Formats: sequence, C-alpha cells, structure tokens
Amino acid sequence: MDFKNGAELLKLCRDKDARISDIMRWREAELSETDISEADKRMHKALSIMREAAEDPIKDPRRSIGGLIGGEAKKLRDHMSSGKSLVGGLVSRAMAYACGVLEVNASMGLIVAAPTAGSSGVVPGVLLSIQDEYGLSDEDITAGLFNAAAIGCLAMRNATVAGAVGGCQAEVGVASAMAASAAVELMGGQPEASLGAASIVLMDMLGLVCDPVGGLVECPCQQRNAAGASVALTAAEMVLSGIEPFIPFDEMLSAMYQVGRKLPAELRETALGGCAATPSGSCFGCGKR
Amino acid sequence: MPFISAFDVIGPNMIGPSSSHTAGACSIALLARKMMPEPIAKVSFILYGSFAKTGRGHGTDRALLGGIMGFQTDDRRIPVSYELAEEAGLEFRFIFDTREEDIYPNTVDISMTGEQGFALSVRGESLGGGKVRISRINGVDVDFSGEYSTLIVVQKDKPGVVAHITRCLSDRGINIAFMKLFREARGETAYSIVESDDRLPEDIIKKVKENKYVKDVMLVQA
Repeated sequence: MDFKNGAELLKLCRDKDARISDIMRWREAELSETDISEADKRMHKALSIMREAAEDPIKDPRRSIGGLIGGEAKKLRDHMSSGKSLVGGLVSRAMAYACGVLEVNASMGLIVAAPTAGSSGVVPGVLLSIQDEYGLSDEDITAGLFNAAAIGCLAMRNATVAGAVGGCQAEVGVASAMAASAAVELMGGQPEASLGAASIVLMDMLGLVCDPVGGLVECPCQQRNAAGASVALTAAEMVLSGIEPFIPFDEMLSAMYQVGRKLPAELRETALGGCAATPSGSCFGCGKR
Repeated sequence: MPFISAFDVIGPNMIGPSSSHTAGACSIALLARKMMPEPIAKVSFILYGSFAKTGRGHGTDRALLGGIMGFQTDDRRIPVSYELAEEAGLEFRFIFDTREEDIYPNTVDISMTGEQGFALSVRGESLGGGKVRISRINGVDVDFSGEYSTLIVVQKDKPGVVAHITRCLSDRGINIAFMKLFREARGETAYSIVESDDRLPEDIIKKVKENKYVKDVMLVQA
C-alpha cells in the first residue's frame, strides 16, 4: 500500500473507508515489514520525546548555544497564566510548546525532527495544545502524528523539506501543513479537509525564506515555529468551518517546490540574506551581543 | 524510489540543533569509528565549509567527538563529549579550515590512530536531514552511506581479487545490494565497497583476507 500524491492518498482513504492516519500506519507496517504494534511503539516513543522537549523549558528555561534565544516558552506560559493572553488558551499553548522545543533543540537537547530539527516545534506545538484543550488520549495524538507523517512524506517525495533547497517554506511551511492536516483529523474532519488545510498552509507560507542569523537554528527559527503553529490552527479552523481551498494540495506542493528552486542562494540557509543580512543580524558575533 | 518511512518524517530522534550539522556529524564519526579494527587512542578532525564556519554554534565538534566514542545521534551525552573524552583519555584535536572553498560545504576529515598504532583517515559529508556519506578513505575517493551493512576491502589492483570477494559472499549466501570499485592508480591500492541488505557475518573478514592481494578488510554493520 503506497501513494505517490495527495489524490492517491484520498482515493485510498475512500476505498478503505479509513482515516489518513490509518493508511499511514498500515503502509508503515507493510513497507517496513514489521507489525503495526512496532510502528505504534516507535510513534509513542517519538511523542514522549516531543512532550518532554515541549514542556521542560516552560518549567526550566535554558539558554541556546549561540545565545540568541532562551526563556521564551516560560514567558508565553506565564503570560497565559496571568489571564492576559490575547489569543487565548489553544494558540498560546501551541506557541509556548513550539518555542520550548526550539529552545531544547538550540541548547543541544533531545528532540524529534518533524520534518527537520529547525521546524521541530510546530507539530508538537499544535498536537500537544489540542491534547491539553480537548483532553485527547496519547493514542489520539500518535494517530495525529501518523497523519502528519503522511503529509511530510508527500513533501519529501514530491518537493523538499530542506531549507537549503527550498527555503523556510519547505521546513516550517511543511511542518505547519503536517500539523494542520493532523489537527483537522483529530477534530473529526474528513481526509479531504485535512489535505485542504495543508494546502491553505502552503499558500499562507509560500515564499518564506531561510535566513538564520549567524547560520544558527535560533533566530528567526523559534519565532517562525510559533507562527507556523498558529497558521496551522488558522488553516484547520477554516476547513472545519467548511471553507474549501481553491487550489488542491498536490498543486500547492508543486508550487512551493518551484518557488523554492527559484529562491537565490542567499535566501536558502546560507545566512547571507534576509534576517541574517540585517545590520543586527549580520553583527551577530561581532561583540555587540 | 526508496521507501520514505513515517519515521523519516517524524524523526530522527536527535540531539539538536541541526540534522546536518549535529546529527549528520555524529553519524559520520560513528561510521569512522566502526571502520577501526581497534580502540581509538588519538583522533583529529578537520572541518570544512559550513562545518568550519558555523560548526561550534551547532555543536558539530561535540557531535563528532561523541560519534567517535560510539554515541548514537540521540545520545544525551553528546553535549558533554569533550569532558567524557578527556575522562576516557582519548586524545583529540579540532582544526576549523575556513579557507578551503573547493569542497562540499559540510565536510570533515577524520584521522584516527588506534591503541595498537593502526592509522586510518576518512572523509565524510553530511548531506542534510541526517543523511551522510563517506567520500574518501586514506586519500582514495570512495562512496558509501552506512545505511546498508558494508564490507570495505583494501586490496592491490590485480586480476581476480573482485572474483574472490564475490565468491566469499556467495559461498555464505549473501546477496549483494551494491558493489563499487575505486582505485588510486592502475596496479596500486584499490577499494572494493560491498553493501548488503543483510547483516554480514564477522568471519567474512578472515575469509576475504585469504587472498594474497587483500591488505585489509573492514566491516561496518548497518
């Protein structure tokens, strides 16, 4: 059982009357020649690493190796706890978790690349905040991770998830598309709606460049993970309200890849353009900070 | 088209911050360690390109040293690998070569000396997303990833050596996935790299060494 694009994935879901996460679990067991319980065990392990990386910095902030970030997750959570949150519980939680994972990543802690280390905060941010708000089980969340994996798999197969090839849209953009698709399934949406949400995310983040200050996975990566989580929730909310994207997922994935290939090298992880080339960004390491 | 697993997307589980500069660096050094027939006493690393420019900020040096000590990419000891190497009495040195331009951006040369004096130098490249390849052994260009169990034969470039290697493998019922041959120059040192889907039996080393033109055999299990 395999699928080459989103259309084939949707056909499999229809033919087997299954969710995207079911198809991805069955596919994993079949193609890796293991049983489903083994795949579930590995996904539970990934979830436990994600949860630790998302929650720890809220209690115990840490400074990154490059010194550009640290403590953002706790600030966000304290702000929410004070009752003054502008965006409300779900989005605030998602942002804090996403920032937390990037804080752990940038201080040489243990994370799960999803799909990359630089974008590792989005998927746990969205899924764990939904789990908190709606009281979902770990089984629900691992199903969400399989759903997210299906979207990421299509991006790896038909486009790219490397910032050096396609810019940040390929990293945080794809991570957010994965998270949006999973969020829709967790809230009872149909497979078509999951892919619709993923498509909306790719439209929203199209053209986002990869321009890390000092070449480090810190700034603007952490903020973009928090922003990516909120874009994923926005897109999920849209399709769950019945809004349908004009452009199907497969076409948007192809557009994202083409835009990525057209980005100049300065805007693909070389730290020579964008944020990295601003006076403050290019001054990193010159002794000012 | 290779199979992209759910755990290639939701994974790898790794010590941050970068799959190419941290996890990939660790994997290269781990492969280099597996190629050594004896415990490593001394190691030096030369980092090039982006590894040299941003390596310290990505913990590339700590990940390389961790890999040399046998740590996997998700080992929580990677951040303290300097301290652990010193405790273990491992002699190590880092050189950050920021001037070399004509080289793949994420490259490292690792020179190892074993406790009994065995010397081996390996060049590794980190290809992104944690994927790596070994591109040079003792100055000879080669190519393998370590994703398959790999047999590396150091031989003299003479007729019959490759036939001997494949016979040793077929006698043990081993299916070859890929086989590549590299050489310094005609009649000089050559490298046969054999990659297999299955784990390779350890005693294959002794068997392959029976040919008089075979100088050394290394086995890297996937």
